Amino acid sequence: MFLHHWSEYLNEDGQTFVPPLVWKIKQQIASDPTLNSEYSPCLGLPEFTRRASEVALGRECCAIVENRVLGVQTVGSTGAVRLGAEMLKRWYNLSADWQGPVYLSSPCDDSLAGIFEAAGILDVRQYRYWDAEQRGVCMEHLLQDLEEAPELSVIMLSACGHCPTGADLSQKQWKLVIEVMARRRLFPFFLMPAQGLCLGDPEQDSWALRHCILAGMELLCAQSFSHGFGLYGERVGHLLFVLRQNSPLLPVQSQVESLVRTLWSCPIVGGARLVTTVLSNPAHLAEWRDCVKSTVERCLLVREQLREKLRILGTPGCWNHLTQQVGLFCCTGLNAQQVDFLARRRHVYLLPNGCLNVSCINSQTLDYVAESIYLAVTSLP
Amino acid sequence: HLSVLESYWPLCFRPLSCSIPLSQLKVKRSSSPSPSSTGWLRILFPSCSTSHLKLPSIMSVFAEVPQAVPVAVFKLTSDFREDKDQNKVNLGVGAYRTDDSQPWVLPVVRKVEKIIVEDQTLNHEYLPILGLPEFRSSASKIALGDDSPAIQENRVGGVQCLGGTGALKIGAEFLRRWYNGNNNTSTPVYVSAPTWENHNAVFADAGFKDVRPYKYWDAENRGLDLAGFLGDLESAPEHSIFVLHACAHNPTGTDPTQDEWKQIADVMNRRNLFVFFDSAYQGFASGSLEKDAWAVRYFVSQGFELFCAQSFSKNFGLYNERVGNLTIVAKDNENLTRILSQMEKIVRTTWSNPPSQGARLVAITLNTPELFEEWKDNVKTMADRVLLMRAQLKAKLQDLNTPGTWEHITQQIGMFSFTGLNPKQVEYLKKEKHIYLMASGRINMCGLTSKNIDYVAESIHEAVTKVQ
Repeated sequence: MFLHHWSEYLNEDGQTFVPPLVWKIKQQIASDPTLNSEYSPCLGLPEFTRRASEVALGRECCAIVENRVLGVQTVGSTGAVRLGAEMLKRWYNLSADWQGPVYLSSPCDDSLAGIFEAAGILDVRQYRYWDAEQRGVCMEHLLQDLEEAPELSVIMLSACGHCPTGADLSQKQWKLVIEVMARRRLFPFFLMPAQGLCLGDPEQDSWALRHCILAGMELLCAQSFSHGFGLYGERVGHLLFVLRQNSPLLPVQSQVESLVRTLWSCPIVGGARLVTTVLSNPAHLAEWRDCVKSTVERCLLVREQLREKLRILGTPGCWNHLTQQVGLFCCTGLNAQQVDFLARRRHVYLLPNGCLNVSCINSQTLDYVAESIYLAVTSLP
Repeated sequence: HLSVLESYWPLCFRPLSCSIPLSQLKVKRSSSPSPSSTGWLRILFPSCSTSHLKLPSIMSVFAEVPQAVPVAVFKLTSDFREDKDQNKVNLGVGAYRTDDSQPWVLPVVRKVEKIIVEDQTLNHEYLPILGLPEFRSSASKIALGDDSPAIQENRVGGVQCLGGTGALKIGAEFLRRWYNGNNNTSTPVYVSAPTWENHNAVFADAGFKDVRPYKYWDAENRGLDLAGFLGDLESAPEHSIFVLHACAHNPTGTDPTQDEWKQIADVMNRRNLFVFFDSAYQGFASGSLEKDAWAVRYFVSQGFELFCAQSFSKNFGLYNERVGNLTIVAKDNENLTRILSQMEKIVRTTWSNPPSQGARLVAITLNTPELFEEWKDNVKTMADRVLLMRAQLKAKLQDLNTPGTWEHITQQIGMFSFTGLNPKQVEYLKKEKHIYLMASGRINMCGLTSKNIDYVAESIHEAVTKVQ
């Protein structure tokens, strides 16, 4: 069984998680005679970008009130990162040809480095994040790497549900990170691919983002609505710019438009319309929140049960990290040989670094997975 | 509380109980820049001096970003929207309109949308990186023909992309990395003079340093400058890339004849020039899919390896679903496989995987015989309306004895016509008659309707006679 069905939330039946609400709205949209297929504005439907910005930052966010937020609809979060990278390349800090450095967490989503490279930013480095021995985030190393990063470096941060480890920072830890970044003038570029699906609450999941803004920083944030709405094929992404002042907003917007024009001209409307419908309607919004919450609860249950079964089996080692991590991803801490054992002997497929997708496990497969891990750990310590 | 202001509250002022909850302030979001922090203070407390306030000292990293020049066609549309005149006509942007000036969702599209939304078996996963397989193959087939030997020889591949723009982008990125050496940014890229203005930008942003025009439009004779075109082909450095419009040239509406295409192909073959077709109007131009694909198929039959960027925005009316395909015709299957593997890497770092809805819609339509027939019919409806407007505009101008010849209006093909109006005349039409068209004199025939065609013809007559 594939525990790295990689980037999708699966429901209890092993199907892609799509909130029931989404089915309903899709049908409504399909039978609405007033909707046409006209080109959307270059930056996306204004209603969508407004809602996407609000869900990330909170409607009352000072940055929104002060009109220093720019929202751009993109083709998934990949499109958002690519667009952000292209903007940084051309316009970051008076540079016409900014080369970096950009810091990615170690480990990170393996497509990130390639995106920056494609945009022409070649100086891509890593900051230490996951400690395989401790099976958690190593704050000491993380902070040290941030202290030593050149001023004005761009730092990719995971707002919640870190990919691929699932290991997130606590609020206390975030405050330490943000303090260093503010002091050393490091620029935060957040990834938030699954807001709501980590702690079950969109506000909590975007806490780090909001705290950065309260600290007076400016930032970029690449959002995706694929996971939260089961809209994988619709490619609904969003790039958020939060600027220190309002004055660069229109020039930045005009340059973003120029860039979008040569990437995809204008974005896909379908999925964005759907997300907008949900986020603008209080009843839909409440229903979505509930749905997302129960998905998270299922995943938490899987994590707890897995940890419990491993304990019952007497599996050596500490497995608390399984329940300390949040969201879709889980870094088991298994080494390469153990991962290989699982694949060849038990037909349980993880990523080579030992990470897996929690939603791929359900009540039928839980025992088998637990036993498999037990066997892997005991035969290959 | 207005926490935003508190941080700027000067020490010399007694703290007022500024207890207006933010939500009650009725802050209206507008697109115009809103006041800075001190600006807010000035608005709320006009008599207070703010000059002594400490302003934030760190500027945005984007503080010096200059305003970009707006895209001309979008500016035109927004000017049109703001115009209050009841006779206004938009002959600018390239999208089909019915005789009631409305966008048109093709009947076959509505049908297939229903089929899709009711199909419970469809999975909702990400598409593969290169796109929906049945879309890619049927899209390439539409361009090259069912019986295409290249397809039978298994050397044709497709990459599903975000509209025609996306297909050009992916093709350009590939060529920059892998064509004429590795990462050879100095390979000249030739685009027609004039051309769709985004061609320049797409290739430049892909890294090509040398994007040049090739002679195309003969303004004096209002036709193709074949001699100039062939001359530029002869003198272009070997291996230069040429962007060719498969049919319905944008913006001139002037296509080479079959004979002229043969001459063009001849030179390109001899001089080892790379063929990159842009096919955004197949079916829409003449009403026949085969006719509109003649040039692409001819080049393939002559043994060219080529790229063809296809858009299904216009001929399916799926503008905002972003349905495009980059068709690759390679020397053999082995080459094709390697090319596609590199295309995957490029797609992965651009948008990861393409959107599903539009591709599904097109694939189902092209692969279901009754739906395919219905689609061809819908396409012909659009093409026929354009042909009718062309005929009527020409007739009316001739009836009015408008100076000049107007044959080119019916000789040109597709959505656009290069009227031959000069910038001053265009300005006159905009200012005095509220008729919006591109400064180049390009009009979108779809903007004409039975209701406004008289007004437009008379206005053109006025412009031509009054303004030189």
